[in-house]
Amino acid sequence: MNDFLEIGNIKLKSRLFTGSGKYSDDSIIPDVLESSGSQVITVALRRVDFNANENVMTHIPKDTVLLPNTSGARNSEEAIRIARLARSAGCGDWIKIEVIPDNRYLMPDGYETVKATEVLANEGFIVLPYINPDLIIGKQLHSAGAAAVMPLGSPIGSNRGFRTEEIVRIMIEEIDLPIIVDAGIGKPSDATKAMEMGAAACLVNTAIAVADNPVLMGRAFGNAVKSGRDGFLAGIGAQNTNASASSPLTGFLDE
Amino acid sequence: MEIIVNGSSENLNKSCSIYDYITNKGLTPEKIVIEHNYNIIPMDKYKTTILNDNDKIEVLNFVGGG
Repeated sequence: MNDFLEIGNIKLKSRLFTGSGKYSDDSIIPDVLESSGSQVITVALRRVDFNANENVMTHIPKDTVLLPNTSGARNSEEAIRIARLARSAGCGDWIKIEVIPDNRYLMPDGYETVKATEVLANEGFIVLPYINPDLIIGKQLHSAGAAAVMPLGSPIGSNRGFRTEEIVRIMIEEIDLPIIVDAGIGKPSDATKAMEMGAAACLVNTAIAVADNPVLMGRAFGNAVKSGRDGFLAGIGAQNTNASASSPLTGFLDE
Repeated sequence: MEIIVNGSSENLNKSCSIYDYITNKGLTPEKIVIEHNYNIIPMDKYKTTILNDNDKIEVLNFVGGG
């Protein structure tokens, strides 16, 4: 079955996006990409540490789609500045907009995110904004030119799971863009749940990176996303409060 | 002369190009991004962009992120 996720003219076979943060050793990133099947990875832009000379790009295979984020931005102007810098580094047109003025729960600023999306989409960026789940902000992002919308499942890095499902369900139903559940997904079954409901993809970083065995956890998430997607495509049966026998209840013994 | 690099002041003996500055620091031009006085400098302009007194540059690279 040809089931591709198409974003910005790139057809993706895998619906698992991964992050590159929090690994105890970045050199295992290629193995995680391979075991998970993920074709998209997020990176962040920061001031060079002149003493360390480390660069995560060294560990990212060339055929991987890079999704730089604008983490560190507290308003739309900073997000736009970071996006332009990231593009000038030659890593493509994709940008994950993150505008976060709140340091405790890392909640994104929807209004500033819409503003940044509009400017960057007009500049030809493929914009994937990270937001708190909200139908109206999601629709505004669509109008602003976003290529997908990425609502959070629970706070970034919390591993608390897919706690926002009721609102994300409405967004999937009402917004004519891929909805990618990003942040907070703690275990493979969280990703399956999002995919079964019709999410276009999941973005997972912490849950894979901090696992005892990130390569195996990558594989688990790759399978979980595929499994949930297949379930969605197959059409999940309706629920019923009464029992419904799997075999006919007539035609044997005394009947 | 004094320039501001990533928010900290630094003394240079004389004006030099961005290319000379970053290669002296041991950095590979392909792996970094430079903002010079708030303007993004494309890599092919590193050799022709000269750092002058009181200039501000940001030298950035990619790190792990989610």
